[in-house]
Amino acid sequence: MESKDYLKDLTEIKDLMNRSSRFISLSGLSGILAGVYALIGAAMAYYIVTNSARGYLILDGTIFNICVFILFMIAFLSVVTAIFLTTRKAKKNNEKIWDKSSRRLLINFLVPLIVGGTYILIILDQQKYGQSGALMLIFYGLALVNASKYSIGDIRYLGYVEILLGLICALFPGYGFWLWVLGFGVMHIIYGTLMYYKYDRK
Amino acid sequence: MSLIENINKVFDHRIRLGIMSILMVNEYADFNTLKELLDVTDGNLASHTKALEQAEYITVEKQFIGKKPNTRYIATKLGQVAFQKHIDALEQLIKNKD
Repeated sequence: MESKDYLKDLTEIKDLMNRSSRFISLSGLSGILAGVYALIGAAMAYYIVTNSARGYLILDGTIFNICVFILFMIAFLSVVTAIFLTTRKAKKNNEKIWDKSSRRLLINFLVPLIVGGTYILIILDQQKYGQSGALMLIFYGLALVNASKYSIGDIRYLGYVEILLGLICALFPGYGFWLWVLGFGVMHIIYGTLMYYKYDRK
Repeated sequence: MSLIENINKVFDHRIRLGIMSILMVNEYADFNTLKELLDVTDGNLASHTKALEQAEYITVEKQFIGKKPNTRYIATKLGQVAFQKHIDALEQLIKNKD
C-alpha cells in the first residue's frame, strides 16, 4: 500500500470548501464593541426618558427623536467598527475583503435586515410601536442565521438566541427595553468574546 | 480490500481534488476563481479540468461576459456522488489506521 497522507487530503478539501464559499475574517472584537455601543446607547436613552417630564416614551416629540438618533448612531458605529476590524483581520488572513464570498455574505445578511428595518419604520409611522423591539431582535436573528451559511457557522447560534429573545419580547412588550439590552448589548459581548477566543487569538 | 477500491483514481491528484472540493460547495466556479484558489498555472488547471470533464464529473459552460470569454465549471451529479464516495473512503482509511 502506498503511504499517502489521507489526512492531509481531507484537511485540504475542507479548507478549500471553506475558503471558496465562506468569508471567515469576521472580527470577534467588533461584536464586543457593538455590544458596548448598544449598552451605552441604551443607558443614555434610559436616562433621558426616565428624567423627562413624562417619565415614559411617547411617539412624537424631541425625546423620541433623540432615541431614534441614538439607535441610528449605535447601528452606524457598529457597522464602521465592523468594517474597520474585519478589513484588518482579512489582511492578516490574506483574504480579500471584497470578493465573491464576502459579497454573498453581505447580501444574505442584508436582505432580512433591510426588510425588517423597513417594516419597523412603516409600522412606527402607523403609530404601532409596541412590537418594534421584538421585530428588531427577530429580523436581526434571522439575518444572522441566514448569513451563517456564508461565514463562521457559529454566528447561527447568536441568531437563534436573538430570535428567541425577540419572540419573548413579542409576548411581553413591557420588557422590550430590557430584552433589547440583553439581545443587542449583552449577547453581542458574550458572543464576541467567545469568537475572539475561538478564532482571533491564534 | 474494498476500502482501497473506493479510492478514486481520478481524484488521485491534489489539484483535481481541489477543483472538486470547490465545486461541491459552489453552484459553479469560473476559471480564474479556481486558478486563484488553487494557485496553479493556466495550463496545469486546464489539463486537470479536462481530465475531470472526460470522467463526466464536471461540465464546462463557455459564455461571454461583455466581450470577455468566461468559462464556468459545474460539478455533475455523477461527480458529486463519486467525490462523496472518495471522501468517505478517505475517512474510513484514517479511522482504520488509528
